[in-house]
Order: sequence, then structure tokens, then C-alpha cells
Amino acid sequence: MRPAPGGSPLMAPQKEETATKARRQLLPDAGDAVLYPVVVADRTGTVVRVNRAAAALLADAAPGVGMARAVPAWLARAHAEAGARTAAPEPSAPRSSVRGKIGELGFEAHPTRHEDGSIAWWLVDDTDRRLAEEALATERRRTMFLAEASNVLLASLNAERCMQATARLAARHLADAAVVVTPPDGRQLLMTSAVAGREPVRTRITADPSAVPGLGEALQGFPPVPSRWIDPASLPDWMLPEDFPGDVGSVAVTPLPGHGVPAGALILLRAGGRAEFSESEEIFARLFAARAGAALSAARMYAEQNAITQTLMRDLLPPELHRTNGVEFAGGYRPAGTRERVGGDFYDLHPGGTDEESSLVVLGDVCGKGLDAAVLTGKIRNTVQALAPMAGDHERMLQLLNGALLTSHHTRFATLVLASVQREENQVRLRLTSAGHPAPLVVRNDGTVEEISTRGTLVGALPQIEARTVETCLQPGETCLLYTDGVTEARGGPLGDAMFGEERLTRALSGCAGLPGTAVVERVQMLASQWVGDGRHDDMAVVAITAPRTTHLSAVNGRTRGRYTA
Amino acid sequence: MSTRTTAPAAHATSHAGLGPLRERMWTAVTDGDEYAASAHVLSALDDGTDAESVLLDVIAPVQTRVGAEWAANRLGVAQEHAASAIAERVIAALAHHPSARVEPRLGRIAVACVDKEWHALPARLLAEVLSLRGWRVDFLGAQVPTPHLVAHLHHSGADAVALSSSLATRLPTAHAAITACQAVGVAVLAGGAAFGPDGRYARLLGADAWAPDARSAARRLAEGIPAPETAGGRAPTGDLPHLADQEYTYVAREQVPLVREVLAQLERRFPAMAGYTDHQRERTAEDIVHLLDHLAVALYVDDDALFTAFVTWTAGILTARDVPARSLRPALDALAAELQDFPRARRLLDHARHALDATLAPGGRTPGAPA
Repeated sequence: MRPAPGGSPLMAPQKEETATKARRQLLPDAGDAVLYPVVVADRTGTVVRVNRAAAALLADAAPGVGMARAVPAWLARAHAEAGARTAAPEPSAPRSSVRGKIGELGFEAHPTRHEDGSIAWWLVDDTDRRLAEEALATERRRTMFLAEASNVLLASLNAERCMQATARLAARHLADAAVVVTPPDGRQLLMTSAVAGREPVRTRITADPSAVPGLGEALQGFPPVPSRWIDPASLPDWMLPEDFPGDVGSVAVTPLPGHGVPAGALILLRAGGRAEFSESEEIFARLFAARAGAALSAARMYAEQNAITQTLMRDLLPPELHRTNGVEFAGGYRPAGTRERVGGDFYDLHPGGTDEESSLVVLGDVCGKGLDAAVLTGKIRNTVQALAPMAGDHERMLQLLNGALLTSHHTRFATLVLASVQREENQVRLRLTSAGHPAPLVVRNDGTVEEISTRGTLVGALPQIEARTVETCLQPGETCLLYTDGVTEARGGPLGDAMFGEERLTRALSGCAGLPGTAVVERVQMLASQWVGDGRHDDMAVVAITAPRTTHLSAVNGRTRGRYTA
Repeated sequence: MSTRTTAPAAHATSHAGLGPLRERMWTAVTDGDEYAASAHVLSALDDGTDAESVLLDVIAPVQTRVGAEWAANRLGVAQEHAASAIAERVIAALAHHPSARVEPRLGRIAVACVDKEWHALPARLLAEVLSLRGWRVDFLGAQVPTPHLVAHLHHSGADAVALSSSLATRLPTAHAAITACQAVGVAVLAGGAAFGPDGRYARLLGADAWAPDARSAARRLAEGIPAPETAGGRAPTGDLPHLADQEYTYVAREQVPLVREVLAQLERRFPAMAGYTDHQRERTAEDIVHLLDHLAVALYVDDDALFTAFVTWTAGILTARDVPARSLRPALDALAAELQDFPRARRLLDHARHALDATLAPGGRTPGAPA
């Protein structure tokens, strides 16, 4: 929708009141037998007869006066055209009426032709119909605009985009320029301003909103304040959009009411020479502001909630693993729900203080899914971190962890596997302990896959637990894989209902001999994901511990820039 | 048989002087020597080689060659994974080089792969190229679930999304991702082999733009892609009227019963299958799944060429592995029998069978890479 030159298409007809007044004055004087004003004019365009109603309506209309003087131009033209058309008399030819305005009133003029060639113009007042039609058209345009504005505003939950959309729509449809001001954050004011037909501009300035009359109250949001007209002269320079055309004629400050929170204020500016806002335009601007405010506050609340979630989630997300103390670590995580980022599986790496100290890897699975399970993984991870210095004795560590879990009010239990990792020359020594967890698998360079025979009790369920630690050693290029049962218990496959199982995992791993840890993790994740297809699956976590293939140490640490953990 | 297609080629523009570097990279990558690979790249950068050229004229062509060598059965799947892992490390190393540090001065772009798309490398290369050209880039990685992508758009306010997919079977998912991004008013630039060599599927699925390679994608983004209209609300999938016949829905939903039925028919036709191990039987079933996946997506985009290209390409892959490619024919016949009430599926299967027969005919050309 583009504004018509010189005015917005959404501007209401403004002359309703004047029109009604004019008609009220006119009607009581029409005392003729014929209520309708009638003007008769001959072929030459001279008025022949005028009834009383017509005389009251048209001050200059009197017999002998030329039509051009007696009646408005639209009617004089219609008379001339009608005369020319019927130079060859055709009395029965249908005649079309014409419409036009006389003063503030609208009329429909119906011609009837006399035998002498003169034409009587019967003037029927259609002001009401015309006003109703115009009002209807205006309302339709407004309804459509509000519907479109709602679609645009509700499309994005991004506050910046909402502000831009609000400023752009308001500048185009309500005024010549618009400024959206957000509630101040400290002493800074964030404004998005738009001049009709141009891209919105965002500015952040240090300014006092109370410099603009009414802005402070509007920004408070509650209690709601009505729109306020302010003197354009009181508008500070920083509020005026840079490319505003000419002088400011009128300024309105409208609050943007949100979902019970202040969403900001909308300042509408019209150039000098443009009409001020009518009452109906003001109501309309308020309707728009209500929608914009709701969209803005939704976006802002979403952003706030998102920031809180991100902060709380940070410690629950699996860490990015990379080469540490001369050993390659790689991890992969896929939560059960596609909407989720965390779940009941977890892994962590606690690096040894020096290359001579062993690092501790823990990978586990809390019973349950989703955020509730993730919160418990957070507690377990914290406890394990605190116990990490005791990693020389896995069983003792698990007993302490078990005690801590039993005394907490959580009733869930967990399975996990601990791996103490120590680089020695080219090899990597491992001490592995499972607590009720699938046993780690080691991929040897010749393609054989060994299951490490560590067994133990799960933690958090029984007062006493046992666990057996097993030691092994990785030659350069060999990988030890820790995984959760989400991988092996994934259901799917070509026939839809089979478990991925340890056998398929083992077969897949034997094809991964000599691969970098990241490639092993990716391959396992990919096969499990393909196996599941579009079906449901549990959380899946995989960690690869790999002895680097060469002794060559490089600056490459495998960290990737800008990586987003999905 | 596998759904693996070759990595979408970034321009193999022969940069004078980069040939030897490419060869050294190829050797390092196929040896699985990531340190040598990184060292080659870093010393080239130290010598003043343009970082973008290293990405697109060295790393990308080497990956394309890996894909081609795999198709010809000269490289194993594992080596291919290793090559990708090494390329990832090399790109990470390159990104830390001082010559690759560029302050963002343009808008913000999200680069993501479609959900279940594991080939992240083309998207990764694009992300690095865009960073080098001054964009602020969020690389969301491989297999990004659409809800995550949309959530990212809401909180980042990205100007556009570059969406990558190399597997044709991900097109319906790509369609969902494209329309979801557009619903929040963010333009989508589609790229990758899945969208067809001329980008026809990108157009069909309503992407706002398409680019055949990273350089064109960067150019296209620099030109500016108008944001999709949100004022009118979006018409629901008016762009794919053929879906009204529900053939896609049926084939996609009834995949498991269809696989079982085709498998049963094959067993009746080939007594030898009775002697198959469970593993062999599973591989056969997987092959049928691949056929059905491609049939479904061909129904989705209503394109005979897509399914035919997959079948003839598979024939080439099988031939390279000394598996008789004519074993494909009975599977297609069984499918045609199962789907005889589905006119579009029949049309696609007939077309593919003719093309397969022509390929297998004596003197017929053995197909190489997929179209």
C-alpha cells in the first residue's frame, strides 16, 4: 500500500461534520412542491427555470444565467455534452446521470429531456451514501493494513526486526516518519527511525527521554497514557530522523503497550503543511500501536528468556573436545528430541594439570530424558569434577559419587564409565571403569575391536557398589570409544524394528581402524542416525580417545572457529 | 550401493601455481596425515597465497577428488571420513592464520546444513569464505534440526540463511527448512548438489536464491537478497500441486512394508538369496531403502530425471565394486508391481528401467558420477 500523493490512503474523509451542517441548513427552506432541486437549461446552455430548492442550493442559478456560472463545472460540462449528443433528437435514448459536489454536499444529477431540447437536471443528494462508501473503503484499507501489519510484526521474535517493521509500517501508513523508542536501559536510549519509503536506521544515544514531553510516561508503559500531541518546536534534534523532508508540522507520542510490560513508545511525525491527525486516525494509530507493542514485548520477552536459558544451559551442554596433553579427544552428542539441546547423557573431560598427570574422561547416562535429566547430569558432572583428584582409584571415586547421589533428594540413578588417560611416549595408557554402563570398545590398528571387560554397579541406587577397573594401552592410531546405550539400542534399520546393537557397532568400528577420533565419532553418529531414520531415538553420546598417529606435535589444536554445538 | 554423492564442486578454477599444492594436499589427505596437510596450507598462507584460493582452489577440489575416487572404489568409506576430518582441521588452522582474520563489516549470515545432512564441508567452506569477505557468520554445522535453525534466526536476527544439502533425499526436509525460515521473514540461499546442477529444485522449493558454488553464493549475498514477504501470510505448499495425489506420502510412510514385500519377491525370484547371511540380507534391504528414498523424493519434486540419475549412478557404483548392476532390475520390477496403482510412481520406475536397460546393454556406456 503506497500513500497517495499528499496524503495517506488510510486518512478518513474529514468533512463529515461540515457536510451534515450544510444539509441541515438547506432542507427546511425547500418548500417547493418538488422537494428535489431542479435546474432546467436550454440547448444554448442558458438556465430557463430554477425551483426553490435549487435556488437555495445554487446561489447564482437564475433564469437567463449561463450554466457555466449557475452550476458547478461538472454539471455544466454534463449539460453541454448532453446537448451535443442529441443534436439529432432521440428523446427515448437512455441518459446517464452524473455525480459531483455542490459545496460540501454530494449530488447525483439525473437529466430529463423536454421536447424543445431543454434538459431538466434533477439533483438528488447522495452525500450520505458517498460518505458511507468512502468510510467503508477507508475501513477496508485499514483492516487490510492491520492484518498485514500483524502478519509482518508477528513473523519474527527478534526485537530488532520488530522495531524495524514497526517504524517502517508507521512511517509509510500513518505519518511521514516514525521513531520507535525502547524503554531505556540505563542511560542509553535505543531508537529505530524510519522516513516513509526508506530503510529504518537504528541509533543508540545517551539522552534523557523526559526531554520529549510525554515520552517518559509513554516509556513507563503502565499505567497506560493516551497519545499526546506535542509542539514540534519542543522536539529535540536527536529525535528527528536525519533525512526528514522539510519542517515538522505535527508530532504525536503514542505508548506501545505490551504484554503487561512496557514495550516502548512510537513517535509519529508529519511534515508541515500536512493535516493534523484526525480523531479517527488517532484511534487507528492506537490500534496499530497495540499490535506493534504486543509483538515487540513478545520479542523482548523471548530474547530475555533465551538469554536466561543460554546462561543456565551453558554448563549443561556437552563440552567441545580437542587434543589435550598429547591425546586426541572427540565427542558427539545427539539429544532425543529434535527441539532439545540437552538430555540425560553427558560427557566431560578433566585434563590433568600437566602432560605427566592423567586426564579423566567421564561419560554417562542418567535415567530419564530432557531437561529434568539434564539438570541431574549437571549435579553428577559437578560432583565428578570435585572428585577428579581422586581418579587414581576409580572404585573409591564411584563409591563417593554413589553416596552423594543417595543423599540428594533426586531419586534417579545413573550409569557411567570413567577413563583415566595418560600419554606415555607414543602410546596412551588407559584405566577404564564401568559403573553399570556399556563397556568401552577399543579399535586396534588391524581392525579388531576389543570389548574392555570392566564391570560395575550403577550409581545412585544401592548403598554399596562394586566396580572393576581394567587397564589397556593404545598404540598410535588406535581409538577407545565410550558410548551410551542410545547408540546400540537405537531402533530402526531397513526393516524398521531392529536394534542397532553391539554387533553392528563393532562391525562399523572395525572399518574405522586408524581414523582420527573425530572421524570415528562422526561415522558412529552417522550410522546410528541413518539406522534410526525418521524414527524416535534416545539420547546418544559418543567419546573417542585416540593415540595420535604421529609423534609430530603441531600448532593445530583442532578447535574450530565459530562452531555452534547443535 | 550408497546414497553418497560427490561433494558439490567448488570451482576447480585452475589457479596457476596451486597445482603442486593441490597434489601435496592430496597426498597428505590420502595418507591421513593432518599435520602435513595443515603445514602445507599454513606455509602457502605465509607465502602470501590468498586464503580464499586455498579454501576453494585447493581444499575443495581435493575433497571433490576424494568423492570421485570413492565412487570409483579406489578409496574406502573410512578414508573418506578421514579426509573430511583432516579438511576440517586444516580449515580450522587456516581460520587462525593472521591473513584470514577479517573484521565483520557486512551483515550477519547463518550457514547451516539441512537436518540429517552429514556433509558439512561445503557449508564449512562457504562459512569461511563469507567470513573472509567481511560477513558475520554463524556456522551452525551439519544436520541442523529446523527448530534449532529457526530459534537461531529469532535470537540472532540474521539477514539471510545459506542452506546446504548434498543429498537429494533431504529435499523434503530442505523444503520444510526453507519455508520455516521464510515464515520468520529471513531469505534463504540454497546450495549444494541436492538442489540440482542448475538449481532447479531450489527454485521449485521456493528458495529466495541459489548458487552453484561458494564464490557465486558470496556474490549473490553481496548483491542482497530481498527478504521474503510476510504481510500476506504464506499460501500452504501451493508450489507443489502434484503432492495432492498422496503418492509421495504413501511411499514415504509405507517404506518398511514396501521393503519387506520387495525383499520377499526378490527371494522368490532368486533362490540364491536363501543362502544369504543376515548381514547380506540387511545390505540388500538397505539398497531397497535407498531406491525407495530416491523414488519418494522424485515423487516429491515430480522429476523423472532425479530417480533415473540415481539408478544409473548406482549401476556405475555397483559396477566399480564388481557387483552385477543388473541386480537392480528385479528390484525395480518388484517395486513397479507393488506400486502399480500409482501412476506417477509407475512413470518414474518405467523411465528408470529404460535408462538402466540402455546402460546395461552391451556397448552401453558405464555411467560415472551422478548427473
